[in-house]
Amino acid sequence: MEGAASLRRGLLRGLPLFGALAAALCVGAAIALALGVAPATIGRRLADGILLSPYGWGQVLYKATSLTCTGLAVAVAFRAGLFNIGGEGQAVVGALACALVALAASGLPPLLLLPLALAGAFAGGALWGWIPGWLKARWGTHEVINTIMLNFIALALSNLMITRYLGLPETVRTAEIGAGAVLPRLGDIWPALRGSAVNLGLLVALGAAAALHLFLEHTPAGLRLRAVGAGRRQAELLGIRPGRQIQIAFLLGGGLAGLVGANVVLGYKHYYEDGFSGGIGFLGIAVALLARNAPLAVFPAALLFGFLSQAGFVVNTLLPRELIEILTGVILLTFVAGEHARTRWRRRLGGRRAVRGGGGAA
Amino acid sequence: MSEAALVMALVAQTLRISVPYALAAAGAVFSERSGVVNIALEGILLHGAFFAVVGTHFSGSPAVGLAAAAVGGTLTAALHALVSVTWKGDQIISGLAINIIAFGLTRGGLRVLFHSASNSPRIPGLELAGLERVTGSSPLAAVLADPLFLLALVLLLLALHVLFRTGFGLALRAAGEHPEAAHAAGFCVARLRWTGVLVSGFFAGLGGAWLAFQQHSFTDQMSGGRGYIALAAMIVGKWHPLGAAAACLLFGAAETAQIRLQGSLVPTQLMQMLPFVLTILVLVLWVGRAVAPAAVGEPYDPERDD
Repeated sequence: MEGAASLRRGLLRGLPLFGALAAALCVGAAIALALGVAPATIGRRLADGILLSPYGWGQVLYKATSLTCTGLAVAVAFRAGLFNIGGEGQAVVGALACALVALAASGLPPLLLLPLALAGAFAGGALWGWIPGWLKARWGTHEVINTIMLNFIALALSNLMITRYLGLPETVRTAEIGAGAVLPRLGDIWPALRGSAVNLGLLVALGAAAALHLFLEHTPAGLRLRAVGAGRRQAELLGIRPGRQIQIAFLLGGGLAGLVGANVVLGYKHYYEDGFSGGIGFLGIAVALLARNAPLAVFPAALLFGFLSQAGFVVNTLLPRELIEILTGVILLTFVAGEHARTRWRRRLGGRRAVRGGGGAA
Repeated sequence: MSEAALVMALVAQTLRISVPYALAAAGAVFSERSGVVNIALEGILLHGAFFAVVGTHFSGSPAVGLAAAAVGGTLTAALHALVSVTWKGDQIISGLAINIIAFGLTRGGLRVLFHSASNSPRIPGLELAGLERVTGSSPLAAVLADPLFLLALVLLLLALHVLFRTGFGLALRAAGEHPEAAHAAGFCVARLRWTGVLVSGFFAGLGGAWLAFQQHSFTDQMSGGRGYIALAAMIVGKWHPLGAAAACLLFGAAETAQIRLQGSLVPTQLMQMLPFVLTILVLVLWVGRAVAPAAVGEPYDPERDD
């Protein structure tokens, strides 16, 4: 009896994800057929380009690294009961700060320079993230609109800085950072991955996920943050100041999104380029949602969207790459609907709480 | 240009720019008052503009384009209602997902239908025959006599009447303020919320059409954050159609200033930031003065027992 119940619960847990993936597969196949491309052709292309190709996996891992950072940025805010839609802007400011620190301190030995550049990425993102946190804590204005506005402002700011002050002539990028600030590519260590962009930034992202897990689940400070997420009023009664926790959540979230700079600037491009972000902040929301805001589940979810995004490039000659955005949206919509169905069915199956007065019409 | 003519031109430009904001914001009042946050406004504006261009391009008639925009906007909103009302999903996530879809669909659509990644071919504008003889060369008269502008005005007054002078409006507001009470009074909360979201989509779809007809084409990402700003304007306007429209005039004026000051000493990018910075500042100034409908953002589930 016990075993059957836990099996049912386990199946229910997986249901929203599998439902969402099935829906995305159906929509993708339908669009492909409508545009006159056989789904089997796409499947073969995906197998050759990603599944059977170490280079393809390297690219997926590279994308998953950035998405882990922006996913964690959303997740930590969510655990404090906040929506961080500002991952895009926080990643942009973090990456810019990262490149500036790496360029300014290029004379230092790598052992000092690398941590300093990483700190720059974190600090830049944290600063940008803190603004909506402060606005919310001090003035009570809603973080959803403010983070979206700050995304637009960050993109314009990046463009201004690069075109006016920091960029090389006739380009939209900075000078190259010195070799001392470079995070080596995994292809240099494991030759099969050669040519792909995946780099030691992956370890930075995984380390950040582990650190966030430890912080949230195993420290008093993490408990305070989660208490505010569980109920602001109740947390206040426990002597926790919600305004402070809101600012901490946004500082951490912004910093984590800023670490995208380590992956892109220190690990792949070796310079800052205007307009590099291309929606990773928004994808981070999808990543955190599928991970149910658990830091350790963020990387697997990031792998899924990293795969999708690489799939867009691989099938680009067959289908418009924008198909991937549509499928991302479909996954999100069906997943949130699935989550609601899950909680309802759990109640029906007699979860933690008995149903009063029987089911009844929806 | 004489001073009076300059003022007239500025007023005309401000009105022109404010229309899509005002349509989206006034429509959003219906959605929010019924209890559903509509972040999807951005995607609906984008779809409205895209369908207006597609409809006009393939039929040759701007009227068909306008209808396509209204239908496209309403259908996009229907998706939001399906996920957030019927399926009781998170309203913010649903809205953002729809914006991502709209972004992909319009850009992919540009490539498939018009073989371009950036813009559609030119389309004719929405004009009444012989309008020029009436309005002369005055830019202000041209805006005031624009059929879509007049339609927007009528819709605004209609929205005001329906929301505050009819039983339906009362029920709709009850669904957002106290859904349990609306339910107990015999109203179907889900149906009221569906209606609120659909009205919002219809309005924003027309707003998108305005963008397309003003520019005579569709360009990638042409909504440019206007949907989000419209949502902020609605908050500043205290969830009231007239207040929302008035706030939109403020944002329209800011954008007019941005366009007029382009190429001057101030860097373009700083001017581009203006509407977004203004949104943040205005929201801070309005804090405490605007109160959202009590149940906005929460799915209503009569089965829920906790």
